[in-house]
Amino acid sequence: MATYRLTVNGQPREVTVDPSTPLLWVLREELKMTGTKYGCGIAACGACTVHLDGIATRSCVVPVSLVAARPIITIEAMAEDPVGHAVQDAWVEHDVVQCGYCQSGQIMSAVALLKAMPKPTRTDIQESMGGNLCRCATYVRIREAIESASQQLGKEVRR
Amino acid sequence: MSTSLGRTLQAASLALIACGVWAGASSPSSAREAAGRVSAAPSSAMGLAAWQQVYSVLISPRCINCHTATGYPQQGDDRHRHFANVVRGPEGKGVPALQCVTCHQESNADSTGVPGGRGWHLAPLSMRWQDPSEKVMSSAEVCRAVTDRSKNHNLDGPGLVKHHEEEPLVRWAFQPGRRIDGTPRTLPPLTHDEFVAATRTWAEAGMPCPRGR
Repeated sequence: MATYRLTVNGQPREVTVDPSTPLLWVLREELKMTGTKYGCGIAACGACTVHLDGIATRSCVVPVSLVAARPIITIEAMAEDPVGHAVQDAWVEHDVVQCGYCQSGQIMSAVALLKAMPKPTRTDIQESMGGNLCRCATYVRIREAIESASQQLGKEVRR
Repeated sequence: MSTSLGRTLQAASLALIACGVWAGASSPSSAREAAGRVSAAPSSAMGLAAWQQVYSVLISPRCINCHTATGYPQQGDDRHRHFANVVRGPEGKGVPALQCVTCHQESNADSTGVPGGRGWHLAPLSMRWQDPSEKVMSSAEVCRAVTDRSKNHNLDGPGLVKHHEEEPLVRWAFQPGRRIDGTPRTLPPLTHDEFVAATRTWAEAGMPCPRGR
């Protein structure tokens, strides 16, 4: 066991866990932040996506010992993030969610995409979101919502 | 010392030297030692032998899986397409929400089976060691690519030695960590020290490349 000082959504947090514990389980079990989901456990589905130092990261395969001082942002912080808020609004507007299980990861990936690339093409969206699986197959609505959020954010920048 | 004994010793010495040179041709580290003894650059033949050792490493899965000709990396000893729809991206580092570093950290994560090293990325397409059908390129083809300074980031012989000696992802190939099932990943056919020594011998011999296609 070892003690780690983490910064999660801007707040300092301290956990004492085995160094091999994946970040996902630190968030869910130790910090009781259950918005980030467990899907496959092998980085194949994207449900566990968080932002680690601004980079969309699969928290299920990152041992907490490798996080170091990098800030962690989770789905719980998206409502307060301008891009995250726009994406969530677009998600509602397009009624994206079906069962909803994968959507935290989908939104975290979509936000990472739009922060890096405010006007993505359909190919950009397909490539960036290609690692986030949705068993309800809401892919068309996800793409439309990202395009909508991109347009909305573009309008806000122009104002 | 009688004349006949002297001749016998002389013959034995020549035989030993010949053995040393021959061993050097097939063993890069020995070749370098042999070259050092005579304080001369290795011969072209020794360089070619050393290159074959280098080539054997370059085409091992730990190296060639990221020296692809495709728009995606490969993985595993069978060099299958990387899972999760990972793509190359414009700089070989993936795309915004699906970068290499989305999973690959700066060191191996043996508890989760994800390999890692600093700056995880694909080699540029100019350094592909496969043809578009994913067939491994020949020794001559790879050698020509590696020595073409318009393709290799303008590296000369010492630069290539340094690259093989110090580049974190090259070094990773020799300490590739464990798979998700806990078994160790297959290593390249040489140790890192042997690989660097072979590269040095080849570079000192003038970076000769095999003839032909």
